Amino acid sequence: MKRGIVLALIVIMAVAPIVTVFARGAQEAGAQRHAFIFKNTGNPYGDKQMEGFADGIRAQGFEAILRAPDQPTAEAQIQIIEQLIAQRVASISVTGNDFDALQPVLTRARNQGIAVLSADSAVNPASRITHINQADSEMIGRTLIQAAYDMAGGSGDIAILSATSTASNQNLWIEWMQKELAENASKYANLNLVRIAYGDDLRDKSVSETEGLLQSFPNLRVIIAPTTVGIAAAGRVITDRGLIGQVKVTGLGLPSEMAEYIENGATPYMFLWNPIDVGYLTAYAAVAAVEGRLTGAVGETFSAGRLGDFEVVQAGDGGTEVLLGAPFRFDPSNIAEWKTVY
Amino acid sequence: MEDTRAPEIAISAQRQWSWKEFFFQWEWLLVVVLLIVVGANTWLSPYFLSLNTFIRTPATFLDKSFIVFPMMMVIILGKIDVSVGSTVALSAVVMATSYNAGVPMPIAMLICLLVGTTCGAINGVLIAKFKELSFVIVTISTMMIYRGIAFIILENRASGGFPGWYAFLGWGEVAGIPFMMLAFIAVAVIFGLLLHRTSFGRVVFGMGNNATACRYSGVDTDRVTMTVFTLAGFMAAVTALFLTSRMGSTRPNVAMGYELEVIAMVVLGGVSTNGGMGRIAGPILAIFIVGFLSFGMGLANLQAPVVLVVIGLLLIVSVLALRVRFTVKKKKPVV
Repeated sequence: MKRGIVLALIVIMAVAPIVTVFARGAQEAGAQRHAFIFKNTGNPYGDKQMEGFADGIRAQGFEAILRAPDQPTAEAQIQIIEQLIAQRVASISVTGNDFDALQPVLTRARNQGIAVLSADSAVNPASRITHINQADSEMIGRTLIQAAYDMAGGSGDIAILSATSTASNQNLWIEWMQKELAENASKYANLNLVRIAYGDDLRDKSVSETEGLLQSFPNLRVIIAPTTVGIAAAGRVITDRGLIGQVKVTGLGLPSEMAEYIENGATPYMFLWNPIDVGYLTAYAAVAAVEGRLTGAVGETFSAGRLGDFEVVQAGDGGTEVLLGAPFRFDPSNIAEWKTVY
Repeated sequence: MEDTRAPEIAISAQRQWSWKEFFFQWEWLLVVVLLIVVGANTWLSPYFLSLNTFIRTPATFLDKSFIVFPMMMVIILGKIDVSVGSTVALSAVVMATSYNAGVPMPIAMLICLLVGTTCGAINGVLIAKFKELSFVIVTISTMMIYRGIAFIILENRASGGFPGWYAFLGWGEVAGIPFMMLAFIAVAVIFGLLLHRTSFGRVVFGMGNNATACRYSGVDTDRVTMTVFTLAGFMAAVTALFLTSRMGSTRPNVAMGYELEVIAMVVLGGVSTNGGMGRIAGPILAIFIVGFLSFGMGLANLQAPVVLVVIGLLLIVSVLALRVRFTVKKKKPVV
């Protein structure tokens, strides 16, 4: 009797994944397929980026594959890339969890004739054709420090709440923030960057890192979180602790997630580009790369549907990149309109 | 046939050989599950069934399989070691740090093995000599300690830049077969012999069944416990060598959760968490079942959480199946 139940369970086990796939619609092998890999699942920013990528690929008549590992690690992304190589996709666009660690597997992909790009968070220049960047990293870094200076009233402690310590985009922005501080030492004489904390883009860890910052630095005036998970976690903590007005939060956040904190004053204003557009632009770059219209050389141009024309420029890491545009400012005057968009 | 029976004798005192007994074994059920997995994957994705899948893709999951063997011994002893993932991280981080401090790579690799072995030996000594501390508490503590030290050393940064030849470990091929696969086969043979052909292996099974009886019959049980945990540390360092080679760099948060994946493979392989029971073929099959299952579902582009759910279900059903099978056969639960 019991044995029968177990046997039935085993059969269900074997059938379950098959049913799942059919419910989701099986893949046909014929169409040209373009893959996008984000850092990890459960990140609304990443979901929007993947959505934009899928739109862009479909608009050109191809099939999009969207993947993300359950943990934000390079190991997990390597496995996914191996699976995509075995499926012979036309292109792989990856938001890298590590600048260098993906190089061996991405080189293997390129040797098999797959076009490899990075988007949002770069992989090293040897691994990619080009990188699709949201906005000029220098502009993001400098803008965030200027915002913190403005919010702190010119003096006090500030801290950065980043994602993972290996995320290349985060590190580049932080580098520019430090440069902005160093190059204008007299202006920022009373502004002290006291710590860079890492919330790993996990909600619970970002919350506890924020609590740690508040505890360690009673003089803290501003938290800069250039990550959507981190800024929302910081906004939550400041609101819950009744510290609105005392400690301000700024950085890069999703309007839909941050509307509450912009409206209650925890975040006077923040920045972001449109992640849907980052994905959409990546989609057009990927197809252009597969068709040989984009080789990643400086000065090349390609058209990206509704976004217009783009040019490949030199990137700070020695490779090339394509820039989406300047960061956009969200404040109480426009948040109501944007929070329903993304 | 005499040979295949040897481990059986160690488990239950008297059992007559019969074809029915032989085929009604856990390992055969695993073979069936593996075939189902391969069949389902072939059906799911037109890209699954190829030589490449069977020769090259195991490299995506074989890194952690090196720990499966010593973990099997730990679990046969009736114990568990959850610190192996942290040991991987600490050995990898120390290796990368010493290499970047100017130590030649071959010596850095030896240091890696030494660190892992030391981590395992510390677990072993604490568990064998301090009977007040349960193995669960000891390894949970060292899991945090080893990971913590790794974070203190590297401070949340990545470290790499290894010489080109080091990539051979994780990516190299000998006569078209990945080096990692060959290393895996060699390790599997060594541990198979150790567990099923030596008196040491016999003692490990014996201690899993009744440690007190073993001690009274003159076995130095403390030494066996220490040896097994030290082996787990050493093999975790071997995993660190292969994983770091595949990644090209390392971070203090690598191999997070490896201990659970490894324990899952051992348990799926039919090794009883009560100790004293299991055969090397089971966990080997389980490595490939879990590996091909997640690879195949990835090929079909199922999202990561779906894969986790399926593997979790597979585990609970298999342990249940094992328990029910033995209840029916022997009228008493063994698992």
